[in-house]
Order: sequence, then structure tokens, then C-alpha cells
Amino acid sequence: MEREKVIEVEDLVKRFGAFVANDHLTFDVYKGEIFGFLGANGAGKTTAIRILCGLSRPTSGKVLVAGFDAGRSPEEIKKHIGYMSQRFSLYDDLTVKENIELYGGIYGMTMKEIRPRTETLLSRLDFSKYGDTLISSLPLGLKQKLAFAVAVFHDPEIVFLDEPTSGVDPITRRQFWEMIYETAARGITVFVTTHYMDEAEYCDRVTIMNEGRIVALDTPSALRGKYSSSSIEELFVKIARPKTETV
Amino acid sequence: MKRFMAFVRKEFLHIFRDYRTLIILFALPAAQILIFGYAVRTDISNASIAILDNARDEVSSDLALKLEASEFFAIKDYLTSYDDIDAVFRKGKIKEVVVFPEDMAARLKREGNVTVSIIADGSEPNAASLVTGYTTAIINDYSATLTQQPGTSVPVINPEVRMYFNPNLKSHFMFVPGVITLILILVCALMTSVTIVREKEFGTMEVLLVSPLRPWQIIVGKVAPYFFLSLINVIVILLMAWFVFGLPVRGSITLLIAECMLYILMALSLGILVSTTVNKMENAIIVSFIGLMLPTLLLSGFIFPIENMPKGYDYFSMILPGRWFVEIIRSVMIKGAGFVYVWKQTLVLAVMTLFFIILSARKFKVRLEEGSK
Repeated sequence: MEREKVIEVEDLVKRFGAFVANDHLTFDVYKGEIFGFLGANGAGKTTAIRILCGLSRPTSGKVLVAGFDAGRSPEEIKKHIGYMSQRFSLYDDLTVKENIELYGGIYGMTMKEIRPRTETLLSRLDFSKYGDTLISSLPLGLKQKLAFAVAVFHDPEIVFLDEPTSGVDPITRRQFWEMIYETAARGITVFVTTHYMDEAEYCDRVTIMNEGRIVALDTPSALRGKYSSSSIEELFVKIARPKTETV
Repeated sequence: MKRFMAFVRKEFLHIFRDYRTLIILFALPAAQILIFGYAVRTDISNASIAILDNARDEVSSDLALKLEASEFFAIKDYLTSYDDIDAVFRKGKIKEVVVFPEDMAARLKREGNVTVSIIADGSEPNAASLVTGYTTAIINDYSATLTQQPGTSVPVINPEVRMYFNPNLKSHFMFVPGVITLILILVCALMTSVTIVREKEFGTMEVLLVSPLRPWQIIVGKVAPYFFLSLINVIVILLMAWFVFGLPVRGSITLLIAECMLYILMALSLGILVSTTVNKMENAIIVSFIGLMLPTLLLSGFIFPIENMPKGYDYFSMILPGRWFVEIIRSVMIKGAGFVYVWKQTLVLAVMTLFFIILSARKFKVRLEEGSK
């Protein structure tokens, strides 16, 4: 049975002047999948994510996200996705509830829909006592978990996580990945970029980018077998090494 | 619209939760009004004056020559009747009108004393008191030379000073328009640039841009609360001016508010422009202060009369929106001038506003395309 595709990318090219940031990328992402996106800095990850999120237009090629064309209807894409960046994305001077209400509102939810969901969310996260606490007085780990919960609060089809766990302690990272699994189990596709190679092992499939191209794309175990590496980290160092090394 | 309102609500929360913002918004204007209520002294040179010579005899022309010969005055106009005085002041170029009485020389000989009226534009109290002071001195000097002539029985010319628009010469009158000009630049330009740059610095801008909110909704949502609060601010300042200093608005309040709205719009677009050029809040503050506040404070004619500036500064002040706005509200508030007297300044301001809006919208778009980093 053919799995449902939520992201379809075919021959995506993005040029900035003479520089080719994305060089003929082709890949599909399926519904409910955890899709890892790896690459060294400058490999073209950020450019690709920006196009997939409707922030930037492809120079050429076909990009469909949640069924909408990234070149022609980026605004439609934005309504169907969630996003969380490596940089903290909640407002420090607003309370937990106010942040949730803000993002719910921005994504077109009414207060009637937001209120009960907020209660469920807070009790599920064991956050109920923090509802009226300012974000600034929460510990970083909680903030990060909450930021993720807010990013999927409006039940997007896909959530993009741009290095969501940088600067977070191992225990919180662990809990964070549990949340990612739960989210994927709800049918929300998770598109995640990361620097932590051990995290790549948690993904259903992994893409490795180098110098604007996709150099590997498969399940973590298949990739390890193919390149006879014991871990994704080793594999990454093998195939994503920049041609000219600088110290 | 719902999305937009959720966003605007958040902006209000930001403002009301940050006591520093509230201080800048509301305590500062009050403090400035009170502080600037006390005059700053300045010098005059080549102040434009007009003469209404009802005498046309040797004494009056002598005295006019003396005034002209001094480096303080330049006679720009000879009036023909008292009715001209009002119009000439409303135009705002002339700082002072000197009125010589009929048959000046003859009465001086016959009665031994005459009175010369010195009428100054009281809407700029600093300039007015300086100008009248110098004029009085020159007339007294001249009067003294007459008495030394033999065969005359101590003829005296009495200078009589009167103020147009501001009869009690309250110097804080001129500061109210200045404070409004300054506060609006501060609140609108500084605060909007900081609030937008803050989103960039904290990385929340990215999240907003990825959301279904359109970029224009983000920008309008950011500035809308400041537009609203600035209007409240203007009203608070006007009420303070009225109740604390007894300065009523002589002209149309509707016109005054409309002009303020235009200026607020201009300042807001300046703020957006600043925010597109810097990435750190400190830089936004520095650029707003040095690039916008200081020139407005020093060169808009708010403290130092533009006539006294060296030529270069004079021209430079023309590109400052504040200069035009100070002229507008001074005319409307203190002189009670209607739109016909300020349409030119309004036009300049409107063109500037349009220019800054287009420029900042364009720069904002370019930034989006280039990416946030």
C-alpha cells in the first residue's frame, strides 16, 4: 500500500546569485514519519527548511507541502504547519496560558477551542500549576517542552523542528524525544534537523546533506549497513566531510 | 482578523507588563513638560522684523535705519496699516513689528515724548523677549542722542512692548509643541524599532513569519498599540498644558489631532525603517537616539530658533520632520492658525511620511527574502 506523502520535493534548486544553496534535491516525506535532516553548517539545510516553510521561494523544481506549492501558495502552507526553532520561541513576559492563546489565535483558533485544549495540554504535561506563571521564571527544559507543545497545539499536518534540542540537558532531550514520538503517533509528521548524531538514530528516516546536495537518504539502520559504520556519527564524518578542511 | 487581534493583544501585554515602557510612555512626557517649562536663553542675529511707519518723517526713518544698521535685525517688510500686523505674524516669518506713531518728529518737538510700540511674536517667548530687549535698547540709545542736541527740551521716545499671541510671554508655551514633537518621535520611532528588533533578537520573529500572519499584519500589529497610546499621550500633554500652564489650544482641535496623527504615522514608519537596518536592541536605541531624537531636540527649532542657526544647519533642519511639525502645532495651538496657514508644512510632512512608509515596507520585504540571519 502506497503511504500518503505530505512533502514532495522534486529537483528543488535554490540559487543566490551564482551560489547554489540547494542543488537538485529530491525526496518525499510520509505522513506520521519522523524525518531527520542532517548536514554540516552551510550544507543547505536552513535554505531547504525555509523553502518548505513558505519563507523563501524555490528557484526551480517542484515543492509540495501538505498539498500546497511552495512557489505559488506559501501562505497556504503556513496554515498547515507548525514550527519551532533552535532559538527559544515563546515570549518571556507572557504567561504560559497567554503564550498558548497567542499562538492558537495566530493559527486561527477561537478562544472556545483554545481554552479546553489548554487545560488538557497543561495537565498532560504536568504543567497545570504553571498556567499563570511567566515564561521567564520557568527552567529552560520546561520552556523547551512547552515551546514544542505550542508548535503542535493547532494540530498541524507537519511540524518543522530546527535544532530543537540544542543547549538542553540529556534528560530533557530524552523527554523531548518522547514528546516527538507521541506527536508522530498522533499522525503529525515531524521534520527535524539536528546536530546531535545520536538523535538521528531516533528518526524513521535520515537525510544527510553536503554542499547543497543530498548525499544519503534512508533508515538509520540501512545507512549504517550501507556504509558499514557503527553509528550515524561515524557515517556522517565519512560522507559529509567538507572537501577543503579548515582548522 | 482574529489572528491579527490575537497578535495585537500580545503587543499590549508586552507594553503593560514592562514598567520601563510605561515610564517612557507616560511619565517622561509629564517630566519633560515640567522640565522644559523653564526657558533656555539664546542669542539673536538678523531677526526678521517689519516696520509700520505711520509717521514717515526724519525721526522715524532715522530710527528704522538704526534698527537695520544693527546686526540684530533685518527689516523684511514695511506695513501700511495695523490690519497687516495680524497676517504678517500668522505667516510666521516676522518676529517683531515696530510701530511708529503719526507725526512722530512733530510731536516729539511739541510734547517732548512719544511712544513707539514694539509688538513681538509671543509664540516663541525666548526669541520674543530677546528681540524686544534689543529693540528697546536701540530706541533708548537713539532717544539719548536726541536729548544731547542743543535747543531741545529733553525729548523722550518711550518703547512700549507688547506680545502678540502670548500676551503674558509664558515661555513654557513654546515648549509644549516641542515636547509633543519630541515625545512622539521617542515613543513611536524608538519604541517600534525596539519592539520589532526584540522579536528578531529573541528569535520569535522567525516563528511569526512562519505563521499564517502576513508580514504586513505583523508590522501593523506591532505599531497599532503605539499609534493608539501616542494619541492618548498627545491628549494627556495637551490637558497638562492646559491645566498646569493654562495654555489652551487656540486653533481647531480636530486639525491639531489630525496633524499629530500624520506625524505619528511618520515616526512609526521611521521606527520600522530603523528596525530593518539593525539586529540588536541596543543598536536600535542608539540609532533612534542619535539619528532621530537628538536632531529633533536640537535642530527642529524647539529650543534654538532656526533663524539663528548657521546656514548649513538651517538647510539640514529642513530634512527633519520635527522642524515642520513644530511649526505646524505652534501655529495651530498658539496662533490659532487654520489649515490654510500650515498646508505647506503639512504637505512636506505628508510627502516625508509616504516616502518613509514606502522605503521601510520595501526594506522589510528585502530582508524577508534574504533570510533572517
